[in-house]
Amino acid sequence: MLRYIAHRFLIMVPTLLAISFIVFVIIQLPPGDYLETYIAELQSRGEGVDIEKIQFLRESYGLDKPFLVQYAYWVAGMVQGDFGYSFEFNLPVSQVVGDRLWLTALVSVATIAFTWIVAFPIGVYSATHQYSWADHSLTFVGFLGLATPNFLLALVLLYFANVWFGTSIGGLMDEKFVGQPWSWAKLVSVLAHLWIPVIVIGTSGTAGMIRRLRANLLDELQKQYVVTGRAKGLPPFRLLVKYPLRMSLNPFIADIGSLLPEIISGAAIVSVVLSLPTTGPMLLEALRSQDMYLAGSFLMFMATLTVIGVLVSDLLLAILDPRIRLGGGAVK
Amino acid sequence: MSAEQPLPHYVARGAFDPHEADALTAGQERYYLASQWRLMWWKFRRHRIAVVSGAILVAMYATILVSEILAPYNLHTRATDYLYAPPQAVHFFHDGSLIGPFVYPLEARRNLEVLKWEYREDTSRPLPIRFFCLGDSYEFWGAIEGRFHLACAPREGTLFLLGTDRLGRDILSRIVYGARISLTIGLIGVAVSFSLGIVIGGLAGYYGGWIDNLTQRVIEIFRSFPHLPLWMALSAALPVTWSPLLIYIGITLILGLLDWTGLARAVRSKLLALREEDFCTAAQLMGASPKRIIGRHLMPSFTSHLIASATLSIPHMILGETALSFLGLGLRPPITSWGVLLNEAQNINVVALYPWLMLPVVPVIVVVLAFNFLGDGLRDAADPYK
Repeated sequence: MLRYIAHRFLIMVPTLLAISFIVFVIIQLPPGDYLETYIAELQSRGEGVDIEKIQFLRESYGLDKPFLVQYAYWVAGMVQGDFGYSFEFNLPVSQVVGDRLWLTALVSVATIAFTWIVAFPIGVYSATHQYSWADHSLTFVGFLGLATPNFLLALVLLYFANVWFGTSIGGLMDEKFVGQPWSWAKLVSVLAHLWIPVIVIGTSGTAGMIRRLRANLLDELQKQYVVTGRAKGLPPFRLLVKYPLRMSLNPFIADIGSLLPEIISGAAIVSVVLSLPTTGPMLLEALRSQDMYLAGSFLMFMATLTVIGVLVSDLLLAILDPRIRLGGGAVK
Repeated sequence: MSAEQPLPHYVARGAFDPHEADALTAGQERYYLASQWRLMWWKFRRHRIAVVSGAILVAMYATILVSEILAPYNLHTRATDYLYAPPQAVHFFHDGSLIGPFVYPLEARRNLEVLKWEYREDTSRPLPIRFFCLGDSYEFWGAIEGRFHLACAPREGTLFLLGTDRLGRDILSRIVYGARISLTIGLIGVAVSFSLGIVIGGLAGYYGGWIDNLTQRVIEIFRSFPHLPLWMALSAALPVTWSPLLIYIGITLILGLLDWTGLARAVRSKLLALREEDFCTAAQLMGASPKRIIGRHLMPSFTSHLIASATLSIPHMILGETALSFLGLGLRPPITSWGVLLNEAQNINVVALYPWLMLPVVPVIVVVLAFNFLGDGLRDAADPYK
């Protein structure tokens, strides 16, 4: 087991490095370096340019050096917790970001939990009652959930909340808590606001999960050992829970890997619509104003979150299923 | 008859035909002799929802050929007296007598207390809608000038079946025109990802070894990126100075460049499995070149799967473009797609006052659902021997 964990961690390093390289290439794509954009912007606003500060920034981020050296500076800085400088806010990125990273992680984890809690009973019910009218209608609702883009769902929900209740369901906490330090009341307020984005983001993932669980369980239910169990007189519920259900649980864990990028993508755009204080709106803002260090660290953070999610799902899977653990990770 | 007596021996009078069991009925013969593609068609036809979805999609794609004629107004026509006009209902009966499809004229009034345009239908004057008529002039596909429309506004009235937007442009016409961009962007994007996926997946699957390992790692890295933020970053990097057409091409390339991984994986795993089949070994023993084996023997056995998975990835791209344009990072006016139209609906305060701005959501959902059902049907039909 230890060997497997170590192996998984070692694989993560080159993946993260490759991701950081791609991110860096992307944030370098717009012509000119950030400082030129910054200076041009200052001049267009009619503000004076602080030559010394520019020089300091240029040197500390190695902007006058070749591409690869700049990349090395950037990665080395990130490892030490220095994510670069946001020209839009005139602050180091780590200070601009603040709570947003944690709130993004919170929304993602809550969405995964929601997906599981909803998909599990519905999937099991659909599979055990195949072709019943409930199964058919759940399948149809699932298809609708898959097809409706989540930001449109957010928009429609926002509209109806406005029309019916006259309130805005946007945001992730009451306005009085914005910018306040964390307290018990703030946490409660966040939890009270969390369910709407979670439902909006989780819908399509849940629909997909229900379909997969149903298909898996149906496959298992047709196997010989189920017939044997039934023949020797196991009560139906115990028969279901004891064997086939455990077998069909694997994809639940394994799917985190494919679910997480989807959720983070969804969260990015839904939080723009619902104006959540997560990474999405700020990433958009940073991309619009070409505040590339800020955008880069958000991209990096989202990808890292995904990689860690995949790692966790692999480890959980290894705990759950001895076949994977004993393979030592060699069998993919 | 008592129970002890044996049954009388039965002898068939007809001539004995030893091949009787092998003979096929007409129906069986039709089935056994049918080609693979014909079998798929039969199987696909049984999937009712998929067939209906396919018909809907064909109809929608057909409209983009004649958008100019179908739309009652031109894409950019502005009715400056009717900003944010609500959808006009089509009526048939006026004062109990049948007139045929007609609308009541809209009267605009400015409400200075809430700073909002208010519209009232003048129900005393029915204005019949004109059909096969001359209306706004347009350039058909940007080349031929014309004025012919399927339906136009009454001479002294307006025909805003889905309302108008901030600048007084007819939303229905804009949706009809937007289909041209929104529907094609998925097709072109899939063409890009399809070719990338087949080439890369094909190389990895047939040659295996380090090529396979390398592509597997690259695919893993690509898949661990959340798509939308990456799309956002890439399209934000498109130069502002580009013309709308170049932006359109750029966006399709971006959508296609990140989406090939799924197809490449599918191609690779199919090739890996098929490579070991007897017919492949036979072809190798007979001295066929790798190119011929892949192209002539391996590809045909899974093109149907590929088509099915490509169909399933089109809605993904359409949604991607809609999301990008909605955020203002994708296509920019004057190019009009459904996402660009939805961009107007970004502000909830505007939407609450003028909910018809959200209507471009409907075609998006219809198209995505239809593609999903069609893809599902195709996937089931792709393996007709099961």
